[in-house]
Amino acid sequence: MRKPIEIRLMQGNEACAQGAVDAGVRFFAGYPITPSTEIAEWMAREMPAIGGKFIQMEDEIASIAAIIGGSLAGVKSMTATSGPGFSLMQENIGYACMTEVPCLIVNVQRGGPSTGRPTAPSQGDVMQARWGTHGDHPSIALSPWSVQETYTLTVKAVNLSEKYRTPVILLLDEVIAHLREGVKLPDPRKLKLVERPRPRGGREEYRPFGGTMKEVPPIADFGMGFNCNFTGLVHDEVGHPSNSPAVTDRLIRRLVGKVEYDRDQIIHWEEIEMKDAEMAIFAYGCSARSSVSALKAARELGMKVGLIRPTTLWPFPEKAVEAAAARGIPLLVPELNLGQLVLEVSRVAAGRTRVRPLSRVDGELFTPMEILSALKEGF
Amino acid sequence: MTPLQTEHNPKASLDVNIKWCKGCNLCVTVCPKGVLSLDDLGKVSVDKPEECIGCGLCEETCPDYAIRVVKDA
Amino acid sequence: MPFNVTSYFRQEMLPHIWCPGCGNGIVLRDFAVALEKLNYSRQEVVIVSGIGCSSRAAGYLDFDTVHTTHGRALPFATGIKFANPGLKVFVIMGDGDASSIGGNHLIHACRRNIDLTAIIFNNHIYGMTGGQFSPMTPRDKKATTAPYGMIEQSFDLCRLAEAAGATYVGRATTYHNQLLTRLIVEGANNRGFSLIEAVTHCPTSYGRRNKMATPTDMVRWQKESAVLIDRIKEGRASLQEGQFPVGLLHQHDAPEFTAEYLEVVKRAREK
Ligand SMILES: Cc1ncc(C[n+]2csc(CCOP(=O)(O)OP(=O)(O)O)c2C)c(N)n1
Ligand code: SF4
Ligand code: SF4
Ligand code: SF4
Ligand SMILES: [Mg+2]
Repeated sequence: MRKPIEIRLMQGNEACAQGAVDAGVRFFAGYPITPSTEIAEWMAREMPAIGGKFIQMEDEIASIAAIIGGSLAGVKSMTATSGPGFSLMQENIGYACMTEVPCLIVNVQRGGPSTGRPTAPSQGDVMQARWGTHGDHPSIALSPWSVQETYTLTVKAVNLSEKYRTPVILLLDEVIAHLREGVKLPDPRKLKLVERPRPRGGREEYRPFGGTMKEVPPIADFGMGFNCNFTGLVHDEVGHPSNSPAVTDRLIRRLVGKVEYDRDQIIHWEEIEMKDAEMAIFAYGCSARSSVSALKAARELGMKVGLIRPTTLWPFPEKAVEAAAARGIPLLVPELNLGQLVLEVSRVAAGRTRVRPLSRVDGELFTPMEILSALKEGF
Repeated sequence: MTPLQTEHNPKASLDVNIKWCKGCNLCVTVCPKGVLSLDDLGKVSVDKPEECIGCGLCEETCPDYAIRVVKDA
Repeated sequence: MPFNVTSYFRQEMLPHIWCPGCGNGIVLRDFAVALEKLNYSRQEVVIVSGIGCSSRAAGYLDFDTVHTTHGRALPFATGIKFANPGLKVFVIMGDGDASSIGGNHLIHACRRNIDLTAIIFNNHIYGMTGGQFSPMTPRDKKATTAPYGMIEQSFDLCRLAEAAGATYVGRATTYHNQLLTRLIVEGANNRGFSLIEAVTHCPTSYGRRNKMATPTDMVRWQKESAVLIDRIKEGRASLQEGQFPVGLLHQHDAPEFTAEYLEVVKRAREK
């Protein structure tokens, strides 16, 4: 058990595990994979003593299935994996979207495709986090740039999944997962924690898949006596399978809508030196760290550079790009992939300003110098 | 409900829910007394209630819960 | 009023979607009778299923039910049971669901000996997708993807479960209703992983292609193929070609997963 408030030197993976537990997660199921394994090991060590559950499953498909099960039983649940395991989880992530079961999936990204470079950093799963599972579905994905922020975003991720009854993905970069930094841990009793909406009335009024297009319907824990049916088939408000076009349309639109309507509540980004910026970097995760150094160097040279750093990748922070595009600020988008989130940046910029991708896929981080050179080269 | 006032089983009746019957014929072939048959619409019909011994085989076999042997006693 | 099996059902969901004469309805009935005998409260039972015709069974029963993804019912059920060991968790799977796509989960649930009761609806075929062979289709039988006859060996799921560590293993057929009910009751009372194979029939996708055109033919085939294990043990019967034993096939005591975890909790707290 940790002390109420403390400053501790922690690894990103450890901060993630601590954040999850502080946010109320008491069920972890997972399968070992570099570079996420420390989260499972931390959970194996700490969960039993705090009344939580840890189980190592036979694979990642089983892991995500088990956490959905744990969550249906009313316990905040999570798993942690990396690219190959994240791919295996996709079908059941869609199941959690469809059945509206809260859960947290941490993906400590590594180079890929396939086994790739297990110990090298990458930001190659940004699009998989959005479109990995089949069909239209809601998605929420967060990306921290420091160990401290790994802690706070893990807490936020758990809260969002509870609030919107949907799986939330935390996209960690390998370097941040393995980085050691001082973290200020807040008093867990003072953290704002969110609990999923639970039914207030009786069984007769219970509509676990009902409500308006903007509402998140209540969900009862198994064992509470509400005897509800959860199915990945299209279902009506009470959970019965349905082939009705009207029911289908309404369900799919509501699933996506409950997140989309509330996107302003969910989305967060940080702006650095944007007030007088004449050009800007749009970067997240570890690439934003290199970008800040590049920004400082550029400012010393008299270049008016700013930084937009989203912590929410999905839903995509359109307004952040919108503001820059309206001012005609060109955007440099460094990513450890061959150009994923930059597609969204370009879409929102819609030709109003220039958008330039900067890619690295050799398993190395951006150096501030190469970002600075790109800024100097112009757009 | 078809009451079965027979000497074999004076206090039982066959409760048939025609709406659920899919006409699979399983109850007809399982009945040891030839009580049941399928009618022209392919639904179960209780032809010889007086022969029924209330053994319950039809009920146990019906995949659609369309037939019940209700023992009043 | 005597016990009415449909009182355990979501009435508004009936009649069910299964074909005329499909054995799934019979297995589901025997399961409901077992639940009645077990006398659990409505709120402590959870029923989890995979994907397939048989897995639609969960949605008809008026309990907490989860119709999951193809092959994955067991890890979902593992999560539910582990998160709340007070719940009585039953798992319904088809033969393809349990032995093919879900085969890995099955052996690990057996090995963990977690307190779940799995009922496998074995109709020897992929019913829902229209009659492709499953790992439990007998040799030489026909399927849409084995139009010249099945050339692969089939699984004996009961022996597989026993070898993998299941502590209660039994088999019955839709002809042997009372046996099936008894096995489910005993399986539920076993503190550990129980597997009950319910041999059932799919007249639509299996029978028609394999010279058993009617549901009656198929039930007759079950009656003729199943041999009571007790009779074999007593030397009063032996298995002929194509026959299989029914009854309680295996039972042993072993530590149960959720109970063992309490030991982990103890050790962690002493640390
Ligand atoms: C991942 C995935 N692969 C394939 C399918 C298609 N599918 C649905 S049911 C089924 C087989 C069902 O056979 P079985 O488990 O024996 O159940 P039955 O229908 O015979 O009761 C298949 C292959 C699916 N739903 N999901
Ligand atoms: S109870 Fe027995 S005798 Fe009567 S109709 Fe049913 S099967 Fe026939
Ligand atoms: S067994 Fe049931 S469904 Fe089949 S014919 Fe008889 S009553 Fe109808
Ligand atoms: S296809 Fe076969 S298993 Fe599926 S409902 Fe029809 S008879 Fe039953
Ligand atoms: Mg099958």
